[in-house]
Amino acid sequence: MVQVKIWGSLAAFADDQSQVEIEAKNLRELLDGLAAAYPAMRPQLDRGVSVSIDGRIYNDSWFTPIREDSEVVLLARLKGG
Amino acid sequence: MALDSKSDLPQFKVVGTRPARPDGIDKVTGRARFGADMSAPGMLTGLILRSPHAHARIVSIDTSKAEALAGVHAVVTRKDFREITDDDFTADILDNCMAGAKALYDGHAIAAVAASSTKIAREALKLIDVTYEKLDHVTDVDEAIEDGAPVLHEGRSDETVPAGMSPNVLSRYEFGHGDPEEGLKNADHVVERTYKTEATHQGYIEPHACLAQMGPDGQGDLWVCTQGHYMVRNTCAAILGIEQGQLRVTASEIGGGFGGKTTLFLEPVALMLAKKSGRPVKMVMTRSEVLRATGPTASTSIDVKIGMTKDGKITAGFAEMRYQGGAYPGSPVEFGAMSAFAPYDLEHVKTIGWDIVTNRPKAAAYRAPGAPMAAFAVESAIDELARHFGLDPLEVRLKNAAREGTKASYGPTYPAIGLEATLRTAKDHPHWSAPLGENQGRGVACGFWFNFGGDTCVTLNITPDGTVTVSEGNPDIGGSRASMSMMAAEELGIPYEKVRTIVADTGSLGQNEVTDGSRVTFAVGLATIEAARAAKREMCKRAAMIWGIDEEAVEWVDGAAQPAGPNAGKFPPMTLAEIAETASNTGGPIAGHHEANPEGAGVSFATHMCDVEVDPDTGAAKILRYTVFQDAGKAIHPAYVEGQFQGGAAQGIGWALNEEYIYGDDGILQNAGFLDYRVPVASDLPMIDAVILEIPNPGHPYGVRGVGETSIVPPLAAVANAVSAAAGVRMTDLPMSPPKLLAALHAKG
Amino acid sequence: MTKVHVTTTINGDPTEFLCEPDETLLDVLRDRLGMTGSKEGCGTGDCGACSVTLNGRLVCSCLVLGAEAEGQEIGTIEGMAQGENLHVLQKKFIEHAALQCGICTPGLLVAAKSLLEKNPDPTEEETRYWLAGNLCRCTGYDKIIRAVMDAAKEMREAA
Repeated sequence: MVQVKIWGSLAAFADDQSQVEIEAKNLRELLDGLAAAYPAMRPQLDRGVSVSIDGRIYNDSWFTPIREDSEVVLLARLKGG
Repeated sequence: MALDSKSDLPQFKVVGTRPARPDGIDKVTGRARFGADMSAPGMLTGLILRSPHAHARIVSIDTSKAEALAGVHAVVTRKDFREITDDDFTADILDNCMAGAKALYDGHAIAAVAASSTKIAREALKLIDVTYEKLDHVTDVDEAIEDGAPVLHEGRSDETVPAGMSPNVLSRYEFGHGDPEEGLKNADHVVERTYKTEATHQGYIEPHACLAQMGPDGQGDLWVCTQGHYMVRNTCAAILGIEQGQLRVTASEIGGGFGGKTTLFLEPVALMLAKKSGRPVKMVMTRSEVLRATGPTASTSIDVKIGMTKDGKITAGFAEMRYQGGAYPGSPVEFGAMSAFAPYDLEHVKTIGWDIVTNRPKAAAYRAPGAPMAAFAVESAIDELARHFGLDPLEVRLKNAAREGTKASYGPTYPAIGLEATLRTAKDHPHWSAPLGENQGRGVACGFWFNFGGDTCVTLNITPDGTVTVSEGNPDIGGSRASMSMMAAEELGIPYEKVRTIVADTGSLGQNEVTDGSRVTFAVGLATIEAARAAKREMCKRAAMIWGIDEEAVEWVDGAAQPAGPNAGKFPPMTLAEIAETASNTGGPIAGHHEANPEGAGVSFATHMCDVEVDPDTGAAKILRYTVFQDAGKAIHPAYVEGQFQGGAAQGIGWALNEEYIYGDDGILQNAGFLDYRVPVASDLPMIDAVILEIPNPGHPYGVRGVGETSIVPPLAAVANAVSAAAGVRMTDLPMSPPKLLAALHAKG
Repeated sequence: MTKVHVTTTINGDPTEFLCEPDETLLDVLRDRLGMTGSKEGCGTGDCGACSVTLNGRLVCSCLVLGAEAEGQEIGTIEGMAQGENLHVLQKKFIEHAALQCGICTPGLLVAAKSLLEKNPDPTEEETRYWLAGNLCRCTGYDKIIRAVMDAAKEMREAA
């Protein structure tokens, strides 16, 4: 199981938890797992999120591996100028 | 100045030097072709009719008189475009390019014409008869959320917005950890203030321009100044309902963007005019159109509460930020909320962000979108606390600085970062100890930005004479072709002059993310290095064939293949040129390519220092001295890294002192020109010292971090802190234009 | 409206064109003569991207009518290099990385050349005030000012 930190306003859609556990070995499984476990998060997941895995930020790469002890943090989807 | 913290990087020969850029001569001779510099046989001029109202229902549009005018070949309104129902994002872009049911801001596009001359096109615009039903409007971010404020859209608020709020509030974000109210109890002093910033424009000197052709077979060609021609292709294809592969987009030289050219304004309209007329159509905006209808940044209103102990430890930070992003969802408030406290190691921190709509043009990205305003608020409050206790503002920041292992206010734990290095370098710099005179003040501030990667393609070809061409798909906005040539030359072990990099059209490479997020030197650089490595492997293989040895027994050293070790055999090295010469005999042309979505870009920090003199008689603030300290990871072309630091600082100075969108009570933009929208000119600024620190990014083979955006984050606060020190009064509203500063001086007495 | 026939000299070349009476010199250069080196950043004389010289005087070509070129001598960015030899200012702009996007560069070069013809040894302040009519949004002006002052030095030494 991977511990996933959820940002404050998104926690309301994860049963008010700021951290949830998801069975996932990569980014795709993580995002699918979140949507399945917390359907209320789906609108935000559909709008897009970025994910910090051990301090590095990923937007898209489904098969980025995630270890059991990885630090995983959901972030608002990044944009730049 | 280089402060390399790691020595396992390669010993560079080309990287870190300052060669001439490949587009230099074209750009100093006037030969370089920008958006408006292209023409086509039989070309028509396209012009747009814009709303004179801030908010109005479009009752009817009668184009018959315009269509009947001799020389007019097409008139386009929203009715010519298909309905987009499955994608809010694209639907909003289309609605911004051509209004549907309502005009949502002064300058909103209502209709367009294509005619055989500009004069006839202007005449035709006057013949379009639009019946408007004027609606009440709102342009101020705080007024937009009041009860009874005019509503732009019903039903666009997302699930994060509590019931009962104004429909103009579209999203709510919250980040942080701990309990700020608890933390504030441990403070010896708390600063609680509201800060406001006005909208500013990216202010690129080149107005938007494009030249479109569109045949009845669905094939289109578009020449356009943009930060991302692949984005232009994909979004135009979606809007027009054509296939991406049928639309070829070529990026012109781009005359500045800073985030403002990361979306569409003219392009789908130009393609539609070209389709209807069967002729090439060129569209070029006026400056007034650029200011009225293209991407300014958000205006903001931010409440901050920060507590500090008397020895300078921040006990808690809280910020509630309201950003209006114009008439559509998508102000950059989430990035403000994520970045506001990012430079600090805090036990208790919380930020709340509200995305709000008003009757203003749809905000576009502007360099580190959302972060400069948040940094202005937080860094001003920290400065005020340091001054309250008589503490050194750099020491206070050092005491609270985020470092490796700090849990960031937006969630993750930082890897190696460069904030502390920028603060220490700033403290040791002669600028920090230089004397100040009467009416002068010094300010410092820190800033943070994320940076990212994204889809990237690079193809590197070895020509028969042993020179190298690199094709990349990202418009070169500040010298990136030079940087790519340098990285290719470095990796191949050949002189910089042997490599020429071009920006290829959308038919020549696969998908490329926009030139944004400070991503190009990082991601395109990484792909260039990988493409060069692929070419090296192929060249080693060719040499192995010629020598009759295993390809594993060949290595690439200093621009040549050579046997790897004494057991591989004794052969004189074969240079790249020698291998290229016989390529036809050894299997054909040699190339390397790399397609990837490099993620894991490193975050970036900067500290800025600024001296200001305030004229007590006029309220004018003059920048006397300015120094930027920023971590570049590794500076590929240091002159262009310095240029990014200096340019970001100058834009931030403009934002702090003079630039602002001024709306009248009628909701009409009052300063849609460079005379009244005043960007810094040469005589406003001193030299801007750029101190490059190099704390390598482990996610890039050469250690590169993005540098383009972080440099605009600290200046608003650095200048405000300096002005506040010089004036003896805390300035909380930007810009600190002379009338506002003079009023503050008078109020102080 | 009838077009005006204009006979003029551009970068030393005798040139004739027809233009509308209300057409700017900038539009004539760009749209009728194909000389797109002069840029339009504002059309109101505020940005200097269209800087040219009219009988040696620095002007914004967006504020001059094409018809006013009759019998005059116009100098544009296209006439700055002599054959393949760049002007010292052009070389120094490349050497000092005094351009990022390059849209303001032609106007700045024309304006800087005009400065150095009047004042071969300008101070930094004089350079900044002379170039205050030429907006650059990329560089913060630092490297531009250095390039112009370095060019001035080299031109003085060569003189």
